[in-house]
Amino acid sequence: MISVKNLKKTYGDFTAVNSISFQVQKGEIFGFLGPNGAGKTSTINMMIGLSRPTAGEITIKGIDVRKETKKAQAIMGIVADESNLYNEMDGFENLCFCAALYGMEKDEREAKAYHLLEEFGLKDAGKRPFKAYSKGMKRKLTIAAALIHSPKILFLDEPTTGIDVESSRQIRKMIKALKAQGTTVFLTTHYIEEAERICDRIAFIAGGQIVASGTLPELMGSISHGHTIQFVTSKLAENLIDELQSNFKRSKVNIQSDNTMTMESEGRIPLLAVMSFLHAKGIEVYEAKELRPSLEDVFVKLTGIESAELKRDEKKGDRK
Amino acid sequence: MRSSIAFWNILKKDIKNYYLKPPNISWGIIFPLSWTLMQLMRSPGENILELLPGLMAMSILFGTTSMLAVTITFERSGRSFERLLLAPISINLMVLAKIAGTILFGIFNAFVPVIFASFFIDLGGVNFGIIFPAVFMIAISSALMGLLIAVSAEQVFEAQTLSNFFRFPMLFLCGLFIPISDLPVFLRPLSYCLPLTYGADILKGAITGGSSLSPLLSFGMLLFFTTALFLFSRHNINRKWIL
Repeated sequence: MISVKNLKKTYGDFTAVNSISFQVQKGEIFGFLGPNGAGKTSTINMMIGLSRPTAGEITIKGIDVRKETKKAQAIMGIVADESNLYNEMDGFENLCFCAALYGMEKDEREAKAYHLLEEFGLKDAGKRPFKAYSKGMKRKLTIAAALIHSPKILFLDEPTTGIDVESSRQIRKMIKALKAQGTTVFLTTHYIEEAERICDRIAFIAGGQIVASGTLPELMGSISHGHTIQFVTSKLAENLIDELQSNFKRSKVNIQSDNTMTMESEGRIPLLAVMSFLHAKGIEVYEAKELRPSLEDVFVKLTGIESAELKRDEKKGDRK
Repeated sequence: MRSSIAFWNILKKDIKNYYLKPPNISWGIIFPLSWTLMQLMRSPGENILELLPGLMAMSILFGTTSMLAVTITFERSGRSFERLLLAPISINLMVLAKIAGTILFGIFNAFVPVIFASFFIDLGGVNFGIIFPAVFMIAISSALMGLLIAVSAEQVFEAQTLSNFFRFPMLFLCGLFIPISDLPVFLRPLSYCLPLTYGADILKGAITGGSSLSPLLSFGMLLFFTTALFLFSRHNINRKWIL
């Protein structure tokens, strides 16, 4: 559906996007995850025709975006990183105006506007001016405006940044519903949880380059080799490490606190044997669970960017 | 057909959101009226007919340049303008739709002093057959100057400052208040580089019969300025708005 090859964007000496390539399949939700300034918005702006690539190719449904920008824009729905509708117009007028920009006839655009207001839970706010909407309502109406002409592909730039938890949840639900209807979604986000929850495939972008991309299991698998089991026990003695290590030679033992230890191994860990060993030493095992890396761990490991940096971006976004 | 829907709706939105707002309607009426009264108070014996070309030209120039520059800059700073850039309509059509509202506003502005004057003097001798196309052409060229300012400005206050930078020198150089022949020699070539010079001359000819240039030449020059300003603005839009 979308093919990007060696896409590059420079502003003077600064390279915002550095020769990135990726493909988005029809009907999937593809997420671009990265901190502020990573090149997410620069990439999306080139894809939607709001910015000219310095080099590279972008084709959407076989249309060369650089050569036939307007033709490509006709099949796109675009949600900018800010809710950019007209403050003076009410919700219904805003939707009808956006529909008119795509050449929809009056009856058709009014029917679609009513339908979308209802679908997005904004029916009662339809006659209120846009400037009187809450941030979450503004975001929902902006997404509705992008869907007014039933686009094949939806571009969402930071769709849930700066809005309340409930609205974010509703928007994520809407995005999933769009996918179920066959719409291809390309979204950028700096929320790791958001990417994890709704994206079929994710690309990590940092410093204008794609560091890794794939499905969630693929990304997890890229750093996870073997198994780690965490045990929560009664009081552990320091000298237990050597004994455990000599009994379970293929495992690496770490005592994390007075009552927590982990065992890492390339292969399977003989759980019953470990528990029997601890029991024989007078140590009760209360809990044993396998630790899997989170997407955050994968992101940190692959990009070298501490998750704290993303969290800072999240806070900045919330203040927007 | 589909493009015409977009064109009409952009125009309708601008008229409703900007031009029909009470402050702008009052600006469109009060500004030309104030200038007329000011001129009459300054020289009470002066014939209103003599004042009319200047008042009309000034009303169009101020009305169009301020409105277009400010509305576009306002939409750009709120990013709603991106919607128009991302719509599947040609940039030319979008620009035409944006300036169409301003042109109508400029025409409305131009006829306020005419309506006011009609209460005091007989306008029977005025050649309205020339006035209408002249007002139309001045409105287009002034709107395009507003567009040029809008492309260069990032903020509304910048657009206002830039507008004044263009407008006031233009008023004194276009022959409305000081005949071009009375201007210092080195300034005269500059006067002939201004579209308003030709517009004002046509209006003078149609109202008082005192034009100094051939109307055909003036219309030709207005057409030339209009085309050049459109092409230049179009080039700048491509360069500055699609980064």
